[in-house]
Amino acid sequence: MIDIALVIGFSCFAAALVLNLYRLTVGPSIADRVLALDTMVINGIALLILYGMYEGTAVYFEASLLFAMVGFISTVAYCKFILRGDIIE
Amino acid sequence: MDLLIEGLIAFLIVGAGFFGIVGSFGLAKLPDLMTRLHGPTKATTLGIGGVLIASMLFFLWERGHFSWHELLITLFLFLTAPITANFIAKSFLHRRMSRRTELPPTGSSKGWATFDGPPIGADGEPMAIAPADRPGGRDGERG
Repeated sequence: MIDIALVIGFSCFAAALVLNLYRLTVGPSIADRVLALDTMVINGIALLILYGMYEGTAVYFEASLLFAMVGFISTVAYCKFILRGDIIE
Repeated sequence: MDLLIEGLIAFLIVGAGFFGIVGSFGLAKLPDLMTRLHGPTKATTLGIGGVLIASMLFFLWERGHFSWHELLITLFLFLTAPITANFIAKSFLHRRMSRRTELPPTGSSKGWATFDGPPIGADGEPMAIAPADRPGGRDGERG
């Protein structure tokens, strides 16, 4: 039963990634693109954790934690650059 | 008992996938950035939460010991999601200066922080946050 649920979860998050990619390419303003990238990071974390359950290993938790940190810092740096024209003042 | 736990994990994964795809569909479908912020920051956080609880139960059920990694990821994501949303909304407001007139009054002597100048120090001079001779200025719409 978990195998079928994992396949459904994989396809849902993969479709979500495609929708985010659409917003990333179309999205009229820069803030839209930053938001789309941030959502892509979150969906990627979900895919990593689902893949860890599929493989039955706990290796992917460290990867997803690092991914979450890098995603947050890059989003904040990008917004800071838009707001102030500089990242570290 | 095994069937019950297995069904609970499967339900959590499917529900999380549903919330994830709804959040991203909202991101692609909604008309304006301020409405688009609702999709990812709420629904995808629920989706991630569902996946992490499912993974916690799964490893508890399969290995027999509790893993703390998921709680770390959940804590980190739930702490950072509002900060990210606030930053994106602020940068969106900053890029659309025409919205300044549409915003409600703040009810204090200071305006909205995104549009306001640097705070005035004790000596009557603006506090030095950024160099004043930056091209474009504080309120300039930068290309």
